[in-house]
Amino acid sequence: MAAPVLEPGPTGGRRLERRARQNYEAWSWVFMRLSGLVLLFLALTHFAITHIVNDVTETDAAFVGERWSNPLWRVFDWALLALALSHGLNGLRWIVEDYVHSHARRTATKVALYSSSLGLFAYGTFTIVTFQAP
Amino acid sequence: MAGVDVELRIKRFNPDTDARPHWQTFQLQADPTDRVLDTLHAVKWEQDGTLSFRRSCAHGVCGSDAMVINGANALACVELVRDAVGAGAGGGTITVEPIRGLPVIKDLVVDMEPFFAQYRSVIPHLVNTDPVGDRERLQSPEERARYDDTTKCILCAACTTSCPIYWGNSGYVGPAAIVNAHRFIFDSRDAAAEERLDILNQRSGVWRCRTAFNCSEACPRGIKVTEAIQEVKRAIVYDRV
Repeated sequence: MAAPVLEPGPTGGRRLERRARQNYEAWSWVFMRLSGLVLLFLALTHFAITHIVNDVTETDAAFVGERWSNPLWRVFDWALLALALSHGLNGLRWIVEDYVHSHARRTATKVALYSSSLGLFAYGTFTIVTFQAP
Repeated sequence: MAGVDVELRIKRFNPDTDARPHWQTFQLQADPTDRVLDTLHAVKWEQDGTLSFRRSCAHGVCGSDAMVINGANALACVELVRDAVGAGAGGGTITVEPIRGLPVIKDLVVDMEPFFAQYRSVIPHLVNTDPVGDRERLQSPEERARYDDTTKCILCAACTTSCPIYWGNSGYVGPAAIVNAHRFIFDSRDAAAEERLDILNQRSGVWRCRTAFNCSEACPRGIKVTEAIQEVKRAIVYDRV
């Protein structure tokens, strides 16, 4: 008997015929990957400017005022603040869900985490928006 | 071949008499080409018959004797004494513990039921309601190659019990279950990929994986476990298998 002839298989993968299945956890994983990449650029640039190009011991309000006279640097710093906080917060949320098993303790830990992050974000945003050079 | 002196340190636990596990040391002679399983046999048959451990085929196929050998998950029937005591050494110490993250029943025997329950939860079998017909469900070599790596799993639990997330949270379905879901999700003959992706899309599923790579390192069959988990994540995010 001759061997059956096979049609070549799909090469690009099968598209699934169904509703999209990405949920909050899926998007939070994608967010961690993308924000991590952006943070690599933002954090390293920030580090180079504040610690290598300039001497951190001579950094004062005048230095910040001069830098923030360009609104693009305010946007840069605000993006760094927002992404670093949300990336870190989401990572901590994963760790809490891994290791804190009691429902009450988990809720309390998350409330403390979320509220302190929100406070830091509000304080940082307020500073970036309202700061005026001395 | 000259024998080597082996000091075998075994983490023992007897639920009838012990409140907690303790270490016990046995001295014996072994050939460098003996397997760690042979040293366990030597202890059980010649020194202390109460030592409990699992093994079945003893040739790296059935997956019964995964244990922590010198701190790393391995199959006792595959790990050689010469590798465990260090190359060129005249002898040395081998430590053996039960795999972590599953309840210890006695000595090196753990309760595998949570592990198998997680395995069953991902529908680890072919689902296809099309009429069977009078011939095989054919598949091209390319389609077969898509999931070849994950067909090698022997369910020894070395990957799952090396996962730091699984140690901390036994609600995580674990690498082995995801590997076995992968084996059917990417099988062109299977029709239940969506159900499996829905199961693995829950909080207990693939999103618990932090890509620590312990699983890939632990797998005695060399399955790229972390890569398989990432492929399942990608299938969920891109809606494509």
